[in-house]
Amino acid sequence: MAVSPSMAHGHVEPNYIAIWIYLAVLTVLELIVAYAPIPKAAMVGLLVGLAWAKAALVAMYFMHLRFERRTLAIIALTPVMLVTFLTFMLVPDLSTRIYARHHMGEVVKMEHALSKDVSGPNPNVNP
Amino acid sequence: MSEAATVQTPIHHEAAIEPVQSPLTPDSMGKLGMWLFLAADAMTFGAAIAAYGALRIGNLNWPVPSTILGIPSTAVMTFILICSSVTMVEALSAIRRDDQAGYRKFLALTILGGLAFLGLQAREWTHLILTEGLSIKTSLFSATFFILTGFHGCHVFGGVVYLSVLLLRGLAGKITAARYGLVEVAGLYWHFVDLVWILIFTFVYLI
Repeated sequence: MAVSPSMAHGHVEPNYIAIWIYLAVLTVLELIVAYAPIPKAAMVGLLVGLAWAKAALVAMYFMHLRFERRTLAIIALTPVMLVTFLTFMLVPDLSTRIYARHHMGEVVKMEHALSKDVSGPNPNVNP
Repeated sequence: MSEAATVQTPIHHEAAIEPVQSPLTPDSMGKLGMWLFLAADAMTFGAAIAAYGALRIGNLNWPVPSTILGIPSTAVMTFILICSSVTMVEALSAIRRDDQAGYRKFLALTILGGLAFLGLQAREWTHLILTEGLSIKTSLFSATFFILTGFHGCHVFGGVVYLSVLLLRGLAGKITAARYGLVEVAGLYWHFVDLVWILIFTFVYLI
């Protein structure tokens, strides 16, 4: 049987046990960070970084992306890029929500003033 | 645009490479097909996670996940899935050497890992639904939680079925070193499910 290109490419075997240990250690680090008394923003940043590091280890070594043709890496990175764009497309919506959150009291007062029936409790007001 | 395409099609057709000369071998074609599927699937998960993030940031009353969800048991689930990824690469490595017994052993361990994950998830869901009284309609928190973990759980279940078929065919002696590509492609799916869980564990449980 002729050796197919994928066989010739994929025959490099990484040390899977080492990757397993890295992943386990990163998971323990995540748990430590999640319970550590640090500012929320730092915690979120660290956790996201650790999660992406773990995901990259899985993709590069278990899914062999590191030893594949670059085409596959481009295919794999496409959804990552698109989802990043997608997340940024949500920013206008997020900013209006955050604005509304900061000005909730004023919005509620305006709604209250605009509605003719002010006798009943406003359903928009949180108890 | 479409006119040009219809005019060009026959020319392209004449110049097309014969299937025998295609640079894609059956193995690499399977692998490419799986990667394309995974890219599409990643978009679905990515959209769901982005929507979850937007809903969460925009909501004042979002609970701290660790006050409702059990982090230690989920950390165990994460660890089980990571271990099952390792047994999956070992199964592939075994079949490449034509080590049938090793292939069956490691594939069976991978399936067991998937089943253990599903069992723990069923236990978690039962607790949340029956004891905590959560349902998909309770709040945005519970809705996004059940959709994200449920969609992922379906993927794990699908993976268990997929790998079981490969194990049965292995037991029948149908999987040999020459057909290791089948195992490699299944492994890609399994590792992807692991990868998505790593992200869900962080975004839904830890943050």
